[in-house]
Amino acid sequence: MMEFQHSQASHCESGVMSAMLRHHGLPISEPMAFGLSSALSFAYLPIIKINGLPLVSYRMPPKFIIKGLQKPLGLTMRFETFRDPVAGTRRLDELLADGEVVGMQTSVFFLPYMPEDLRFHFNAHNVLAYGRDAASGDYQLSDPVFETTVSCAGEALQKARFAKGALAPKGLLYYTTGKPSTPDWTKVIPKALKKTTRIMLDTPLPIIGVRGIRRLANAIEGLAAKNDPAQAKMFIGQVVRMQEEIGTGGGGFRFIYASFLQEAAELLARPRLNELSENLVDIGDEWREFALSAARMIRDREPLVPAALAAKLRQIAEREKAFFLDLRRAA
Amino acid sequence: MLERDVPQEGNVTLGGHRKAVYARGEDGKLQIVQSAGWEVEEIVTRQAVDDLNRLAEDARQRVLAGQTSTLEYHMHKARMDVPLLSQTTGLWQWRIRRHFRPAVFAGLSPALLGRYASVMGISVEQLKKAE
Repeated sequence: MMEFQHSQASHCESGVMSAMLRHHGLPISEPMAFGLSSALSFAYLPIIKINGLPLVSYRMPPKFIIKGLQKPLGLTMRFETFRDPVAGTRRLDELLADGEVVGMQTSVFFLPYMPEDLRFHFNAHNVLAYGRDAASGDYQLSDPVFETTVSCAGEALQKARFAKGALAPKGLLYYTTGKPSTPDWTKVIPKALKKTTRIMLDTPLPIIGVRGIRRLANAIEGLAAKNDPAQAKMFIGQVVRMQEEIGTGGGGFRFIYASFLQEAAELLARPRLNELSENLVDIGDEWREFALSAARMIRDREPLVPAALAAKLRQIAEREKAFFLDLRRAA
Repeated sequence: MLERDVPQEGNVTLGGHRKAVYARGEDGKLQIVQSAGWEVEEIVTRQAVDDLNRLAEDARQRVLAGQTSTLEYHMHKARMDVPLLSQTTGLWQWRIRRHFRPAVFAGLSPALLGRYASVMGISVEQLKKAE
């Protein structure tokens, strides 16, 4: 059995990548994997509906981190998808038999070890397979959002890897070829920082970045006019769920990025990034205040006033704009 | 967020699992802290789950009254809606809605029933029963 070191992470994709790179001898923290791939973002996507409610994302789309780490780390990732589930399972077994640690895209709904209440149809959950149990044949998985490793029966894993619908994984497997190397931090970090500021400040689409936060504020404010409190509560509940729920969708991305900025400050010997990190922690706390207020409204502990939530979001948008402008100057 | 502010309120939807969050320790450094859960998350997750359960129960009552087929019940029970079921099965939405009619559903081919059952992760036998 191969030696594999599991460690818990806050987000699945950055967690999988940092575990995989560590396994291959490059010790990289989860925040470093997240920040170096410029994964922090905001997107309000009213056209993409989940149970009739819009998608809100606090980071870049799935696979962005896996792909984005290739260039700064001089890494080559191999991606394989399959039309036939049986072929996909066979290939996974082959790779494991070769001693490879394999990343996989899965649907949360079909993973039996997930808590029942969190099993929604989210198709882009990342886990690592590092072996099979000799007795049961179950797959040994490192799911980064769990405290310990888990095991999963072959049939269930195959279903999870070949779930259909939006972001269908198509059995996606990924692994590294060649060894990752320690990069020149003074080159790659400023580049990654600048890229994030571009995404947050300069994307022409008004639903991405800081403008996206404002657009979401408008949408929430508009809920009052519809005069359907139950629907309004579902809408704001969805926004908070995507912000806060277990590592799959949302999950404190502002805090992860703040941690990355601290590491960057040290590696580049630039204390200014430490100040920015503190600033971003405060912004993360404001997102949490927004979530708290929304949850209280959902539970009728305070009156349902969409305009108040919208005002909070605009305040956050203002702060994030100032923050990313400062970050741009510091990079 | 400071380490001591990391919520440990418990969250039943996590099923006893603890999640990792980043918080500032005494030394000012951000690090992973395990959280037993935040009430806010529990509220919004329960809200979503309760709404899906309500839809499923509502459909179950209509199945018993002969107003809809067990397909609609299982769709909600599998936490899906018509657009998602359409995406996963590759069937038109109007066709799925038509299959909600008990008489139409009773005449569906085993292949079509299998297609529905498979994307929901249940057996064809289960699909035919509202339980």
